[in-house]
Order: sequence, then structure tokens, then C-alpha cells
Amino acid sequence: MYAGSNQQKQRSVFHNVDWLTIFLYVCLVMIGWVNIYAAVYDIEHQSIFDLSRNYGKQLLWILSSFILITAILLLDSKFFSTFAFSLYGLTILLLLLVLGIGTTVGGNQAWIAIGDFRLQPSEFAKVATALALARFLSGNNIRMQDLNTKFLSCCIIGIPVVLILLQKDAGSALTFTAFMLVLYREGLPSFILVIGGLLVALFILALVVPPVYLALALLAGGGFLIYRLRKRRKMITVLSVGLLISLAFIFTTNYLFYQVLQPHQRSRIEVLLKDEVDLRGVGYNLNQSKIAIGSGRLMGKGFLKGTQTKYNFVPEQSTDFIFCTIGEEWGFLGSTLVIGLYVALLLRIVHVAERQRSSFTRIYGYGVASIIFFHLVINIGMTIGLVPVIGIPLPFLSYGGSSLWAFTILLFILIKLDASRMGATR
Amino acid sequence: MNAYFERKYIVQGIIIAAAFILVARLFYMQILDKQYVLSAEDNVLRRNVVYPARGIVVDRDNRILVQNQPVYDLMVVPKDVRAFDTLALCRLINIEREEFQEKLRKARQYSYYKASLFEKQLSDTLYASLQEALYQFPGFFVQNRTVRNYPHDAAAHVLGYVDEVTEGDIKRSNNFYRQGDYIGRSGIERAYEEVIRGHRGVYFELVDAFNRPKGSFQNGRFDTAAVAGEPLVSSLDLEVQELGEALMQNKIGSIVAIEPKTGEVLAFVSSPSYDPNLLVGRKRGNNYMKLLRDENNPLFIRPTQAQYPPGSTFKPLMALIGLQEGIVTADTRFPCYGGYRMGRLTVRCTHNHPPLNLPQSIQGSCNAWYCHEFARLIDNNPRAASAADAYKRWRQYLENFGLGLPSKIELPYEVSGIVKKASYYDDIYGSGHWRSSNIISLAIGQGELGVTPLQMANMMAAIANKGYYYRPHLVKSIGDEKYVPPEFTEKIHTGIDPEHFEIVHQGMQMVFEPGGTAVYSRINGINICGKTGTAQNPHGKDHSIFTAFAPRENPRIAIAVVVENAGYGSTWAGPIASLMIEKYLRDSISRPDYYVDRLLDANLMPEKKKVDPNAETVQN
Repeated sequence: MYAGSNQQKQRSVFHNVDWLTIFLYVCLVMIGWVNIYAAVYDIEHQSIFDLSRNYGKQLLWILSSFILITAILLLDSKFFSTFAFSLYGLTILLLLLVLGIGTTVGGNQAWIAIGDFRLQPSEFAKVATALALARFLSGNNIRMQDLNTKFLSCCIIGIPVVLILLQKDAGSALTFTAFMLVLYREGLPSFILVIGGLLVALFILALVVPPVYLALALLAGGGFLIYRLRKRRKMITVLSVGLLISLAFIFTTNYLFYQVLQPHQRSRIEVLLKDEVDLRGVGYNLNQSKIAIGSGRLMGKGFLKGTQTKYNFVPEQSTDFIFCTIGEEWGFLGSTLVIGLYVALLLRIVHVAERQRSSFTRIYGYGVASIIFFHLVINIGMTIGLVPVIGIPLPFLSYGGSSLWAFTILLFILIKLDASRMGATR
Repeated sequence: MNAYFERKYIVQGIIIAAAFILVARLFYMQILDKQYVLSAEDNVLRRNVVYPARGIVVDRDNRILVQNQPVYDLMVVPKDVRAFDTLALCRLINIEREEFQEKLRKARQYSYYKASLFEKQLSDTLYASLQEALYQFPGFFVQNRTVRNYPHDAAAHVLGYVDEVTEGDIKRSNNFYRQGDYIGRSGIERAYEEVIRGHRGVYFELVDAFNRPKGSFQNGRFDTAAVAGEPLVSSLDLEVQELGEALMQNKIGSIVAIEPKTGEVLAFVSSPSYDPNLLVGRKRGNNYMKLLRDENNPLFIRPTQAQYPPGSTFKPLMALIGLQEGIVTADTRFPCYGGYRMGRLTVRCTHNHPPLNLPQSIQGSCNAWYCHEFARLIDNNPRAASAADAYKRWRQYLENFGLGLPSKIELPYEVSGIVKKASYYDDIYGSGHWRSSNIISLAIGQGELGVTPLQMANMMAAIANKGYYYRPHLVKSIGDEKYVPPEFTEKIHTGIDPEHFEIVHQGMQMVFEPGGTAVYSRINGINICGKTGTAQNPHGKDHSIFTAFAPRENPRIAIAVVVENAGYGSTWAGPIASLMIEKYLRDSISRPDYYVDRLLDANLMPEKKKVDPNAETVQN
């Protein structure tokens, strides 16, 4: 850059930041705040600034996020790559600490209580893992093709996953699979993604269709393919091995499903896949969530006029099920607009990531995009019955300090790195 | 350095594809699939019915006959019932545990989601204690509605009663009624059901997930207010009605009093009667069965459902027909000497009269005079070609006076009375082979004649009016605007010219003078026109009948009194009628106490059982 160091000092903290991303961020945060207000609104607490209510508190979280943002933008951009592993290590320590002295909230031992204030380290673990992964993969002589690289990458992702699983917070742990997308962008062979997708598909199919029929269908399909490709020996080998693994998987699915998964996790999947579910029991949440969104129609019922969320038919309506309020009060148009904002943000992040000279920033950018993307799909997907109910927040919208802070930090580290991309060459 | 750059597009593609799937799913749920809207309404909307108050009924002087009393029904919505202290609720509303389970099972059977009646018509005090504890019983709520209340216990048959609708009622009404609604079953409750019932209101209430009310739905845009039923002004005079009921206690029979100038029924007593408050509230079913099984049949509406041969009260009408047909005049005299003889036939007269003229024949109730007149009317009527033709003319006059026809009063299951057609006698005796001697008992109101007490009173009203009457009715006006149905003000002419009435009135007034049959029923200062009657009763003692109107100069009341099994008309029916007349005209009674007490205290109920209240047609 042509500017001298004098000018450098006078620059505002927002110099060269990506305003479009910030604009989308502010939009989403405000939409979240307004909808939290609508979700828990009642006649007795009409002020949106009432600090005894979730919307009042969320305002505090938002304001403190601005402080965080300023702090991040004030930091030297080198800080993040330099201390990536240190931050990662610190987070691991926090996660261990949670296991030791954590407070249990809603079945998850995921919180560190400091007075009234509760911190959820698993939210911050995503940021640290993204940083560590970026730092590791951007290192010299690191090639995705190397088995070693794959192994170490998996370790970086895997350690927090295991610790979070130990907190019995499977939902948060699951979000780390988002990093597969980062690895893919950095050269992970496509077929691993494909096989992963296939296994998920098989798992679902095996729960819906009796395994024996599924196995027969697979054998028939596989046999046909082998017959067609009989000239190509290598393909036949691959296909046969794949077929065998699939068959084995099918027959272990039930075992996995009934022995490994917790009963409540199992029921969340059953709710999705099976019709005859007790709508007053395990199916209640999902059913009420779908009713809330479905009854919004095209235009929605209007601000504060949503009855399903306001009258507590939908559980967790300000946190994990915040999208119900949007769907009900703002209808298809509002829902689509929100999803559109997310897509715009994600595509912008990918664009920002791709314009970096520094591969650290690029990989980190993909990490940010992947995590937000995963939360978006799983959270909205669960409210409309596309994926099992997994308790993870909708980025920027859901009520909650840890979540908002974590996503803010996650995004603004990228904005800071991007703002100083011209100076970085790593 | 930036290998795999092209994978950027794959990642972008995945993002867009996933978003597309979400949006597509939302499109399906929010735009295409309409079930969620219904489910949402089912979640939050509670439809509350506001029952209108039925119209009140007052008498002609605005005294309340029927009013409404609030009661509270305990309702249950099975889907909202959670585990709770069943015994506490059972104890509160005083039912057994088994009964509780049974009721809950029935409610579930009716509907899982809709409210159904659990315990009806709780008292005020029960409601008060229940209301405090209601929060402990999820799924239960109290619905406020009203039941009928009769402050004077009077005029049960006129007012009728209400009852819960049946499946049939609901179907017939095109689902206007809902289960648990009330419908008028008898009396003016039934006849004026459509104006008295009012319009149900409905309001929608939002409830939260715990079924707590959260206010109105869309500011009440879909709510409708309940409109109370129209008030009715009954034609009854409560004091006269109550006097009539008192006089008829321990007697079987009827009193009907009509205002001749309007056709309004002033008193309508059917005895034995019952307290209308019995057919209200939780004990209604039991009481109804008791009344139904009562051997004296208190639910029977005698003034319109019982028919009697009118006996001598028929004579003024016979005289009028003779005058109109031109076969007798005021001075026509017929011999008596103790009876009417023709060949082997003898109709005895109660007295041995010298030949009497027309007014005297009424005063002395001379059977022979009327047999002679009837013989002349049927056999020698210059206006008729044959006996059958003459009979048809005679019968037409009876119909003109409302005999043999339903009066169309606002009460159900009215009988039309009996006046045989000429063809009836043709069938018995052969066409052209019968004459007055075959049917001579008709001349003195016996034989194949059945007249209801209402028809008798109405006949009196027509005689009082000198030739016309109005359809008798029990309701003076409808609603706050005092609407009177046009059919109530339509004159019905009898075909007797007005000039013929004077002489008949004179005879009827002479009944109360020395030599008359009702001299003991006279009232000083009021000119009453009346006629005693005794209906022969093959099953027992004769029925005592009296018909009258007063005052002669400007008739304000026409009355018929029937006391079953009481003997001569002058003994019981006459005095009762005269007291009723005096009470109505003067608002007080001048007769000494012993005179009134004799009537009040008399017990003329049949020994033990069996009164056949139906028509007793007497063959001479």
C-alpha cells in the first residue's frame, strides 16, 4: 500500500473493511433482536429495552458485540495467525474446565458460570478450531494429499468434538463436520464427500426401509453396475468393496441407532422419518414449529401477531426455534428474505476468502462460511422438519450471548484479516 | 498456491442448492399446504358460545310471568384434561367417582377436542365455590347460561316449558340448534320459539399453550353479540288467572276467559295444574316423569284438549240460529209440560214449564222448547230442501261460531271438537231416512257434540259481540315494538245478524234473575248474561258447565267454566264464573267469605282413580 505509517495511524478502525458483509451482519442481528422481542413479547413487558426479558438482554449482547468488534479491528491482523494455536489450546483447556466445573443447562454440561453470567466454551471452540485449522493448512509444505495432513486436520477438528461430545452436547459437536467443506476446498478428494453423503443417505434409508429389502436393492444395483463395467477391473474392485461396506453398514445401522444413540436423539430422528408419532410427546416440538411456520402463509401474520410463538406453543422460541417467529409473523416472503440474506452473506464470505493472497485468511474464510452454513441449514431445516431436531442456534438471530459473541468474533476476525489483506503475504 | 480454485464454484453451488431446498420446503409448507393454518387456529382459537336470554313474558298489566335466572354449566374439554385430584372435584359437585369416570368417558366419546356438558345447572353457591378451585381442574370450565323462572307459579299450561333439543330438533332446524340448546316444548314457549329464543352470540378467544385466555381474536371481528329474545306480553290477567287457579284447586276442569273485543284470553286455567318451576333445572327430568305418571294428568291442557257436550249452554246459540233462519221469533212459544214427546221419543225437561217464549226458554233452560225448535229447523225449514240440507245449514252456523274447528290458539295438540257431518247420519240411517227425531239430543247440546272449554268461551265472545269474534290468542303483543300479528285483529263473522242478539242477551240476563237457573250467581250492579249447563257423563257424575259474558251493555269478558263430575252448572261452575267476572271487572270480590271459601275448599276430585278426560259423547 502506498500510504505511510503516519497515515496508517490516523486511519479509522473501519478502514478497508468489507462494508457489505458488515451490512448483512447488522441486518441479521437486528432481525434477530426484533424477532426475539416478538417471540417472547407479552402485554406486561412492552418495552423492547426491558432488561428482565430476553430481548432486553439481547440488546446488551448486541451492544457488547460492538465492543468486541472494535477490539478485534484494533488488533494487529498478524495476531490471529500468530496465536491461532495458542487460542486453540486455550479453548481446549476451557472445554476441559467445563467438564470439571461446568453447569448443566438443558441436559448439556456446556456452561461455565461466573456469577449470573454463563459462558458456553463450545461456541468459541468453533472460532479457535477454524483459526487452528487455517494456520495448520496454510503452513509450508502442507499438502492435502498427504495422509499425514489429513490425519492432523482430523485431529484438530476431532479433539474439541470429543470434548464437546463428553459434555453430552451432540448438536454442537456435529457442527464441526462443517469443516469437511474447508478440507474439500483445500484439496480433500471429492469421493470422501460423496461417500459421506452416501452413508448419510443409507443410514436414513435403512431406518425407513427394512434392511433386507435395502440390501437386495443394493445387490441388484451393484450387480448391474459391475456387469456393465466388467471390462474395467479396477472399477469392479472399487464397486465390490463399496458394496460390501454398504451392506455391512445397513445391517449395523439398527445397532448404531438403538445402541449408540441416546433415546432422545433416537426419537428426534424417528419424529422426522416416521408418520405415527405422538404429537403430544416427542413429536410436539417439531409439530408446533411446523404449524407456526406453515400458518404464516405468504405474507405472515404481522409483527407481534404470531399466535403460535407468542402463546408458547413453540418451545425455545427465542433461541433454537427463533425461525418460527420469522416464518409465522413474516410469512414466506420474510423467511425467504432471511434465507436470502444468509446466502448473500455466505457467498460474500466465499468471495472475500477467494480474493485473499494469504491462504491462512482464505482457509479461515472458508471455515467461517462452513460453520455459518452448517448452522443455517441444520437450524432452519430442523424447524421445518427436514433434519432431526438438533439444538444449535441460528447464527446472529438466536437469543444468547455466547452464540452471538462467538459468531461475531468468527466473522469479524475474517473482516479484520480481509481489511489488511494487502499487507499480508503469508 | 491457490490450487483447487474451481472448487469455489462447487462450494457456492452447495450453498445455493441447500438454500433452495429450504425455500422450496417453506414454499410447500406456507403456500401450498393449508393444514397448518387450521392446526394453528385449532391451537389458539377457542370458540365460546354466548347464550341469549330467552324473552321474558309479562301479563297484560306488565307483571312478570316468566323470567330468566342465571345458572352455570360445568363443561369439559377432554383433550385438556390432565391428571388432577378427581376426588376433590367429585366432592365439590357432589357426585360419585364412578359417575365422574362415566361422564368423562361420555364426553370423550362425544368429542375429544370440543367442550361438552359435564354437570349442568350448578347453583349459585356451588358455582362460587367451584370457581375458586377451578384452576386445579385443567380442562374444566364453567359456562354461564340462564334457565326459566316463574315468580308466580301460575299459568303453567299457557307458558309451557323448555327442554333441551333432541337430535331431531337439530336436524329439523337445519343445525340452527346445537346440542345443549333449549327449545320451547309447549305453550307460548313453543308457539313463539322463533321470536323468544333470541340469537346466539359467539366470541373467539385466543388461548396459549396452557389454555389460558389471551384476549380476543382480531379485535373481535368475527364475534357476534348475543341478542336477547323478544319479550312477550301475554293476554292473561295474572290476578284473574291466579283466582281461577285457586278456585279450581282440587277440582278437575277448565276456565277460559276471553276479552270479546280483541279475542285476548284473560284467563286460561287447566286443573289440575302444576308448578312450572318443577320443569326447570337439574330435577326437571324426574319431575316431568312424575307429572306424566300422575293419574290426574296435570300436563293435559283441558281447555283445548278436553271436549264435552255443551249441554244447555248450547241453547243461546240454538235460539240465534232459529232467529236467523226465520223459524222462530222472540214470541214463539212451544209447549213443555215436562218434556218433548214425539211418538215413542221423550226428551224430559227438568221443569214442568208452561209454554215459554224465547227469552224465557233460555232463563228456564226449557228442553222442550229447543226440541220443538230443532224439529222445526230440521224437518220444516223452508230454506232447506231436505233434513240433511237443513242439518248442513245448522252445522255451518256451528262452524261459524268456531265449533268443530280448531281455534288455532298458540297451544299444541289442540282438538277440534266434534260436530258430525250430515254424511255421518246418512251412513247410519241411510240417505234421506233420518230427521230431527233421530238426532234430537243435539237440540239441547247433548249427543254427538264435543266442544272444548275454549270453544265455549269463544262462542260466548261471539254472542257478546253480536255476531263476530277474533281468533282467541294468548299473546297480546310481541317484542318491544308491541307487534300484533294481523290474524289476531281479523274479525270472523258468524252469519247471524246483529239484531237477533238483543233478545237472546235478554234471556241470558234473565238467567240471573228470580226464576233463572243462576240466580245465586248474580252480582249486584253488573248485568251478566250467562247460561248454565250440565253435560251428561256416562262414566260418572255430570259435568258442571257455565258460560257467560259481562257486562251486557259493553261486554268486557266472556267466560266458560267446566268442572268435571260436579253436577249442575248452577252449583259450581256458575259461582266460579261469577267470581271471575267480578274480579276482572271490579278488581275485587264483594261476595261474603263463606261464599268464596265454599268454592275454594271444595274437593271434587274423583274418588280414587280414573278420570277419562277425553270426550264424553253422550247418546240419549
